[in-house]
Amino acid sequence: MPTNSQPAGFWKRNQMKIAPYVFLAPGALMFLIYVLIPIVQSIWISFQDWDGLGPKTWVGLANYVELLDDDTFYVALKNNLLWLGLYLLAIPMGLAAALFLNQNVWGIRLYKSLFFFPFVISQVVVGLMFTWFYAPDFGLFSQAIKWLTGSEVAILADERYVTYGIIAAGLWPQTAYCMILYLTGLNNLNAEQIEAARMDNARGWRLLRHVILPQLAPATFIAMVVTVIGALRSFDLVSIMTAGGPYGSSQVLSYFMYEQALSEYGYRMGYGAAIAVVLFLIMMVFITLFIVRMIAQERNR
Amino acid sequence: MFPTPIQKASGPTRLAYQIALPIALVIWLFPLIGVAVTSLRPASDLAAGNYFGVPSSIAFENYAAVFRDSPIGWYILNSFKVTIPTVIGAVGLSCLTGFALAVYGFRANLWVFFAFVAGNFIPFQILMVPVRDLTLKAGLYDSTLGLVLFHVAFQTGFCTLFMRNFIKGMPFALIESARVEGVSEWQIFRHIVLPLMRPAIAALSVLVFTFVWNDYFWATVLVQGQHAMPVTAGLYALNGQWVAAWHLVSAGSIVAALPPVLMFFLMQRHFIAGLTLGATKG
Amino acid sequence: MTLTKALTGLALSAFLMGTAAFAGEITINSDQSDPTPKKAMEELIADFQAKYPDITVKWNNFDHEGYKAAIRNFLTADPPDVAAWYAGNRMEPFVKAGLFEDVSDVWAANGLDDQLKSAASSMTIDGKKWGVPYTYYQWGIYYRKDLFEQNGITAPKNWAELLGACEKLKAAGIAPFAIGTKALWPTAGWFDYLDLRVNGYEFHMDLTAGKIPYTDPRVKAVFEKWAELVKPGYFIENHAAIDWQDAIPQMVQGKAAMYLMGNFAVATMKDGGLTEDQIGFMQFPEITAGIPMSEDAPTDTFHIPAGAKNKADAKTFLAYLASPEAQAKMNATLGQLPVNNQAAKPTDTFLEAGFTMLSNAHALAQFYDRDAPAEMAKAGMEGFQEFMVKPDDLDRILERLEKIRAKVYK
Repeated sequence: MPTNSQPAGFWKRNQMKIAPYVFLAPGALMFLIYVLIPIVQSIWISFQDWDGLGPKTWVGLANYVELLDDDTFYVALKNNLLWLGLYLLAIPMGLAAALFLNQNVWGIRLYKSLFFFPFVISQVVVGLMFTWFYAPDFGLFSQAIKWLTGSEVAILADERYVTYGIIAAGLWPQTAYCMILYLTGLNNLNAEQIEAARMDNARGWRLLRHVILPQLAPATFIAMVVTVIGALRSFDLVSIMTAGGPYGSSQVLSYFMYEQALSEYGYRMGYGAAIAVVLFLIMMVFITLFIVRMIAQERNR
Repeated sequence: MFPTPIQKASGPTRLAYQIALPIALVIWLFPLIGVAVTSLRPASDLAAGNYFGVPSSIAFENYAAVFRDSPIGWYILNSFKVTIPTVIGAVGLSCLTGFALAVYGFRANLWVFFAFVAGNFIPFQILMVPVRDLTLKAGLYDSTLGLVLFHVAFQTGFCTLFMRNFIKGMPFALIESARVEGVSEWQIFRHIVLPLMRPAIAALSVLVFTFVWNDYFWATVLVQGQHAMPVTAGLYALNGQWVAAWHLVSAGSIVAALPPVLMFFLMQRHFIAGLTLGATKG
Repeated sequence: MTLTKALTGLALSAFLMGTAAFAGEITINSDQSDPTPKKAMEELIADFQAKYPDITVKWNNFDHEGYKAAIRNFLTADPPDVAAWYAGNRMEPFVKAGLFEDVSDVWAANGLDDQLKSAASSMTIDGKKWGVPYTYYQWGIYYRKDLFEQNGITAPKNWAELLGACEKLKAAGIAPFAIGTKALWPTAGWFDYLDLRVNGYEFHMDLTAGKIPYTDPRVKAVFEKWAELVKPGYFIENHAAIDWQDAIPQMVQGKAAMYLMGNFAVATMKDGGLTEDQIGFMQFPEITAGIPMSEDAPTDTFHIPAGAKNKADAKTFLAYLASPEAQAKMNATLGQLPVNNQAAKPTDTFLEAGFTMLSNAHALAQFYDRDAPAEMAKAGMEGFQEFMVKPDDLDRILERLEKIRAKVYK
């Protein structure tokens, strides 16, 4: 690193121009090698037939055509939409938890930490916990269901409930995350506005709706972003809890891709890459929205 | 403050709130409590069908068994070998990139910044095949270093977003006046900006530690053998061996979850500061 | 700076990769991660080194599940001198990709064509031998002898008797069959046996080789037999929620009476508290009269990767592994059957029964997920699982399997 500016030469004259690139280079290079270039490579591979061992064969759009005729793809897509829709419940649930905990009583800090706890735990552990929770015969949840309805339900083995069961497990840490975002937001409310609104006799729901929520907009936005991304990334829980089963009914795109490209039962890198590209395009819709909003923010600065 | 402070409410409401708090907490943490209790239940209780009652004795033995009969200690060591270098690498690199993007108005600035931000949100699957291939070709497949390099690169995206916004919030006049005095750009970074970045570095370190510790996907993609496997993937492999041995699975889960939990409790303020960046205005 | 460290690491590992292994050293990659196989492997290596002191063995033991993915990487990137794998169709992709070494000379030099006769065909592709088998085990129906006696049942010899036994057990409040299908493969054991008994070995091989459509009436006939067990509820409930081990306690507690499984299940049953005289073993009963009895006997093998550095010593190892002494000792530890027919016979009751059964078998199948290509196997087993939950959807399931068959065997 050129720290010494003794000879007032080229460096001194040009350092304002060169310095940013020098600072940027190591990080940008890593990012380029491991993130940006692989995206392009994946798109390229999605037009190939490749088993990861032999040579690649160009097949054009064949992988995508096959995907459109693959029943599992539609199951995965449907489940991804379900994830997306239900995962957003983490936002109102997180808000509710935050409102509940935003008090100043003895020990509240510890309560807040403990409520946030699920987010810190690895999804692998969350998945194992809920697998145990749902297990027929001895799982707490299935026992509760048995006690309530008289018949036992094996959540993770029943195609009707399995995806909901996994999403519920995912909502646990996600709600905690949204809660902490809202708690921070609530901490930074504009007190004067609230008092003014209270003067005008705004109470409870109306106050929340018209005064508080607008002020919480940044928190809501971040909560939306992380929740949408989290829903589409849902890999760990599906892998741990069901591996896409029973008979593929809890499949999601991220796990489907992994299974096709890398699991014991398939080494179809090209086909897997095509699934990844589809997932990427879906995600790009949301990423673009996010970036557009950020550009707007940057302009306002 | 919203909602209205409970202190202003009537006595019974206040009491009700104080009672509701612990009840809500127990319900919220129910799966966790269940697993914690199971992890202390002797195997004989499970065999006898005592799944829910009071354990017949407290079996710390389960924890001993987990460490004795499985490589979980080794897995945890691997997790540290992956996590700590990643934290240092990603936070270090992003101090530089964040500084570059926050302080200089070069042409591609915003585009580079958005590339970092967008890269952050892409699905891992689009990187999987090429990154695995790259790691294989570099001879780093199945090594902690292979995982570290990827994590450093990927986390740099998030960290750059964070650092850049953090430095943007600093008083720019400090840098300006230093420049007038002829301080070199590196010295400005090293002696003026870096010391002020401490809180950001702390916040990011805890966050990246947690993210990387909890990573499961890349651990399964880039590592296969026991010798480099982090604890998340290791726990999943053990789960396959410990079928029906829920007391061991539970104990293993708790052990695997412990380091980030400790990290969180020790560094809570930084952790939340990092996580909620941008959740408030300004 | 971490980056420099990382780059140094990169350069260093590239350097290490480039250096050749020592002469007289062989590297073995295998997946004996469970305690018993691990012990058997350790003994094998120790005995080998005692006999060949100038050859050093370096052993990399992998996690059993992870190994299936790992082998694809190390065969191309960093091939060891010896690698564990499986016989039959499972090894075909590696043979076809030129990643396994032809070891026909090891077979010829050691008289293995004769000694390993029962597994010879499953080790042969294009007329050459591609590895050495060292162990296999039988599949069959393990049952609670005492429950059978209490309900006046004798071991069924044909389908009608089996159905009769199921009916009696069900009436007594006992689920006839235990099974756990969360990991899909136990369903494949059922499909294999039903197909082997309804249509026979040759048909089963043609089907797994992709030559017969899944919509063929003969395939449907297999599922119709299966439905005779599924529809009356002769399998335990919620089997899709549990793994095969989780179903064992039901047998131990007397809630289920029979289990179609590999011989490894006996150890788990004994661990669960069953005594040896409570457990019975029977061959899967006859269905279509006159079809010669064939069995599932998955065979584990060792191979030499084409990129191995020390092939001469690797061949010495394979020859040792094939010898009667080595196989007898290893399988005594494993609790499985030696492939070498000169090896000392097992003394265990169940293994003896299995040994007799397999010796008289018309032919041996490897197992559905080894005989059929991976992608077909996965789809097939999902279909079997779905069928066991929703037997009425058979036609839709078979159509889906047929669609995948058309795709897989191009």
